[in-house]
Amino acid sequence: MYAHRVTVPYTLLGLLEREPSHGYELKRDYDVYFGRGKPLPFGQVYATLSRLARDGKVTGGDAEPGAGPDRKRYVITEAGAHEFDSWLSQPAEPEPHLQTVLFAKVVLALMLGRPAEAYLDAQRGAHLQRMRELTEVKRSGGLVDVMLADYGLFHLEADLRWIDMTAARLNALAEMVRA
Amino acid sequence: MTSLNSAPPPRAGDSLIEAKELYLSFGQTPALTGASLSVAGGEVVAIMGPSGSGKSTLLHCLAGIFPPDRGEVWYDGERLDTFSDARRTELRRTAFGFVFQFGQLVPELTVADNIALPLLLNRAGRKAAYATADAWLPRMGLDGLGARRTGELSGGQAQRVALARSLIAHPRVLFADEPTGSLDTLAGEMVMDLLVGAAREEGTTVVLVTHDARVAAYAQRELIVRDGRVINRTDVAAEVSG
Repeated sequence: MYAHRVTVPYTLLGLLEREPSHGYELKRDYDVYFGRGKPLPFGQVYATLSRLARDGKVTGGDAEPGAGPDRKRYVITEAGAHEFDSWLSQPAEPEPHLQTVLFAKVVLALMLGRPAEAYLDAQRGAHLQRMRELTEVKRSGGLVDVMLADYGLFHLEADLRWIDMTAARLNALAEMVRA
Repeated sequence: MTSLNSAPPPRAGDSLIEAKELYLSFGQTPALTGASLSVAGGEVVAIMGPSGSGKSTLLHCLAGIFPPDRGEVWYDGERLDTFSDARRTELRRTAFGFVFQFGQLVPELTVADNIALPLLLNRAGRKAAYATADAWLPRMGLDGLGARRTGELSGGQAQRVALARSLIAHPRVLFADEPTGSLDTLAGEMVMDLLVGAAREEGTTVVLVTHDARVAAYAQRELIVRDGRVINRTDVAAEVSG
């Protein structure tokens, strides 16, 4: 489920949207909610923050006195907040194995008091649209098209079941995330 | 492909069926809590939602089977919910077709008898009714089964008989409640291919209740029912974009 981390920059932006944080705090929160047995290396945290700072999405304050690898407190900029909002509100391209991205969006939305259920509804709509296209391919195509479309349909259906179950569990998840 | 792109809801005035703020409770249990929707003529629309969300109740209200406690049901420019029982029954026999999950065929009758039934009830001549029923057999992949009792059929075959029966009188609207719910994937797919194919050929409007996304994907548009209300896509888009 966590084979790739396409969402690290957005996830860090989302955590910073909640409150300005040090790198080690971001790593800690990332590992709690999104790491699941595969902690984010410190190197990747700081490399990502550097890139975000270079692109004007976050600003790093002056180093604070004290021990530890980095005492900079990072703050999301307006451009960073805008980019995060765009990512959060845009349904992901429906494709198999999307859970990483969807899960991150749901948790961050709940954490920030955004309409997680509406995001799930929008994602459900995007998935059903893709399923509609594949169903039409099946109705007009040959056997090979049918089998390939079936493969996509079954995977999208699995995603949709996850979306439905997550929608049913939103209240419990919200309580946990906001605790 | 364009015909199946997620269609926008119909504009005011284009609707063949419209529900406005429907409320219905069973005892103390609210089933519909302000459900509104609009379906254009010729559209194939799927109503989805969790168990107990009110989707089947909504379909029954649209079809004039359950009168709502409050709200309006419009069919072809008329207030269906104000019709007398007799007029609603007449409408269901002449303008609507139904496919349910189970138990809709008469087991003592043959396949041909079951398919011809709506025409016979509508006082069509017996010969013409059976000739029309026979013509539906190959269309539904039921060649050679006309004389078979429906109790001897597989689930998929029985559902195709039910589909032929629901369409034989050329209804303007087909209401289907979990039409593949008791079938395996392949049999369900065959039923949906035939249902949507026949509806397109006949220009029939289809209102389809399903919890199955693969079935809903046959529709041009899906409506999500939650807690007795239809989730409005425009509202979702507005909420998401903040």
